[in-house]
Amino acid sequence: MDSKNNTMWVVKYRKLFYSISGILIVASFVSLAVWGLKPGIDFTGGTLIDVQYPNGRPDQTILSASLTTIDPSSSVRASGADEYIIRLKPVDQAQKAVIMSALSLNGTASTTVKTFDSIGPVLGAEALRKAFVSIFLVLIGIVLFITFAFRKVSEPVSSWKYGLTAVIALAHDVIIPAGVFSILGHFAGYEVDTLFVTALLVILGFSVHDTIVVFDRVRENLRHASANKPFAEVVGESVGQTFIRSINTSLTTLIALAVLYIFGGSTTEHFSLTLLIGIAVGTYSSIFIGSPLLVTIEKWSRKK
Amino acid sequence: MLKHRARAVFLLIFAAAIGYFVYSSQQPGAKHPFRLGLDLSGGTHLVYQADVTKLGSADIKDSMASLRDVVERRVNLFGVSEPLVQTEQAAALSSKESAYKLIIELPGITDVDEAVKSIGATPSLEFKLVTADQMRAFQASSTSFASTSDQEAAYLKLFKDTGLNGSMVSRANIQFNTTTNQPVVGLSFTSEGRDLFSKITKDNIGNYLGIFLDGTPISVPVVRDQIADGKAEISGTFTIIEAQTLVRNLNYGALPVPISLISTQTIGPSLGQAAVNGGIKAGIVAFLIIAIFLIIWYRLPGFIAIIALAVYTILMLALFKMIPVTLTAAGIAGFILSIGMAVDANILIFERMKEELARGRGIWDAMHEGFARAWTSIRDSNISSIITGAVLYFFGSTSVVTGFALVFVVGVVVSMFTAITVSRLLLYAVSPSRTTKLSTFLISNGFKK
Repeated sequence: MDSKNNTMWVVKYRKLFYSISGILIVASFVSLAVWGLKPGIDFTGGTLIDVQYPNGRPDQTILSASLTTIDPSSSVRASGADEYIIRLKPVDQAQKAVIMSALSLNGTASTTVKTFDSIGPVLGAEALRKAFVSIFLVLIGIVLFITFAFRKVSEPVSSWKYGLTAVIALAHDVIIPAGVFSILGHFAGYEVDTLFVTALLVILGFSVHDTIVVFDRVRENLRHASANKPFAEVVGESVGQTFIRSINTSLTTLIALAVLYIFGGSTTEHFSLTLLIGIAVGTYSSIFIGSPLLVTIEKWSRKK
Repeated sequence: MLKHRARAVFLLIFAAAIGYFVYSSQQPGAKHPFRLGLDLSGGTHLVYQADVTKLGSADIKDSMASLRDVVERRVNLFGVSEPLVQTEQAAALSSKESAYKLIIELPGITDVDEAVKSIGATPSLEFKLVTADQMRAFQASSTSFASTSDQEAAYLKLFKDTGLNGSMVSRANIQFNTTTNQPVVGLSFTSEGRDLFSKITKDNIGNYLGIFLDGTPISVPVVRDQIADGKAEISGTFTIIEAQTLVRNLNYGALPVPISLISTQTIGPSLGQAAVNGGIKAGIVAFLIIAIFLIIWYRLPGFIAIIALAVYTILMLALFKMIPVTLTAAGIAGFILSIGMAVDANILIFERMKEELARGRGIWDAMHEGFARAWTSIRDSNISSIITGAVLYFFGSTSVVTGFALVFVVGVVVSMFTAITVSRLLLYAVSPSRTTKLSTFLISNGFKK
């Protein structure tokens, strides 16, 4: 790609890109408001059992009926060819025996328990608190770091605005996967757990990579640009110069994640899906949202 | 030029040696196998909440340590290989009620009922008898056992219950033998215990009275006289610390801190094996696809990046063994993700090299500038990843998250070394000496001009 001629289109059509992101964000918020996220037992406390029936699984309604006597809010979901995933309130050891007998339909069906997780509500509340604090700390850490890294760049846009812009792009990158999981939660029963939060944090760390690469180039080009060159032009050029590398660095990561999603097994399936969505959206935002936003902010501050 | 080549060869030999270490240490019986987390090996993870409300704040630390010792001794009775028992005290952001936790991991155990029962049980102090004749006969036959565990089992069978136990001990304290100055543990019995102890010692002069804690004999003294005053002395070859621990364990007949189970996780072994196989497969496939992409798009430097990525993979695997890092499914996912991210620095450098070439620099200058100028953005972007990883590591609520974070941070740091230092050395070593059309093509990248 020749970087000299067609570098300005990203900045020029920025309103189009803002609109695309705007629509996705509004849709995500609507989904989050209407359906919310479905918290996993990591956060709520509860019991999750993955039970296999080697001789063929019983009918779902029979199993549900057998479990409702223990916990009316229990749920049963088919998984694989001969497994069920069962969700219950938290149980202690004494109740576990009762549940196991209910799962085997009083000993008539043979069962293999593949996983049995029971998490107390105290631990769940702690995990939730830690999740919020972690997200907050990562955001603050990144803003402070970018403000620091770009401290020598103050004309025409002061360094904290680079940090602010990066955070707007980051919020965008986290809200959209959250929206997607809210939709998946409603229609496919996807739950969000501590790994989901971990994925969001990794998205924050990664998508700021690409944003920094572009900002770094803006920083360098500003140093060499003549004083009367419009800021929009400097940013447009910088985006054009770094366009391919932003795409390629994300591409290698997306390849790794797609492979992980396909082969990695059930434990990390949702984790890699979250990352795939977040990093794809993150690459988009660091090219089409972050840098154009710098231009918009600069225009606003000149009007004042 | 020659200097770079010699160094590059040395580096490759070094990497191959580490690779051989990774391979050989994975053979059966080798010293440094990968340490697999419970989710991969199968097993049980238990979290207990310790109730410290009745303890003075000065005693909490000691009591938790004592709790750990007692539970560890009980867990060891199961014969689990490498069980983990640890206390977690006032972790960041815990609420007050769950500030003190006891975490137990039992690899390979999926039937937890028995484990949970005996962990929560009170520790037992028992006094058991062996007659002098039996002891002599046993010692005479001690060479005839097939293994030491057979011998131990036979030894334990000799002891007969006396009915005297820890519930009849009113107090234990540490004393010092006046002649040898060795620490000994003094016991005072309750009145019931005093009578029983008096009777046992009267009837068994010359026999051995074994003192058992949680089923393990800690001292087997000979009864020399009847002891009627309800006081006994356990004189083993204790260090002062061992004697103090024993006193603490005896005084707190029950667990030193009441505990309640708040989380149980059991992972069947088949699921773990599937996750390991899936992880290995995903790692290899991801590596291959990225390698194909690099060589098609980046040509000669792309080939160098593949070697740097291979060095990265080998170094990471060796570090997993040496630190050691407990690998979980999430940790493996983090590693595969890091393979995708490790080449990012290479891409930034190579793109920069291409730019410098386009500005009319010679190959050698372009390579130098490429590495030098890409450095600031590589540094800044990796710092943001390290910030994320550090927050995850310190505030991660589960071992799944912290396992991921550790692999992620180590990966970022190691990849900065391989993508910059290793690939620079290799690229300098193979770089064409003259700027020709062919060499420019090899060093450049992409498909359009």
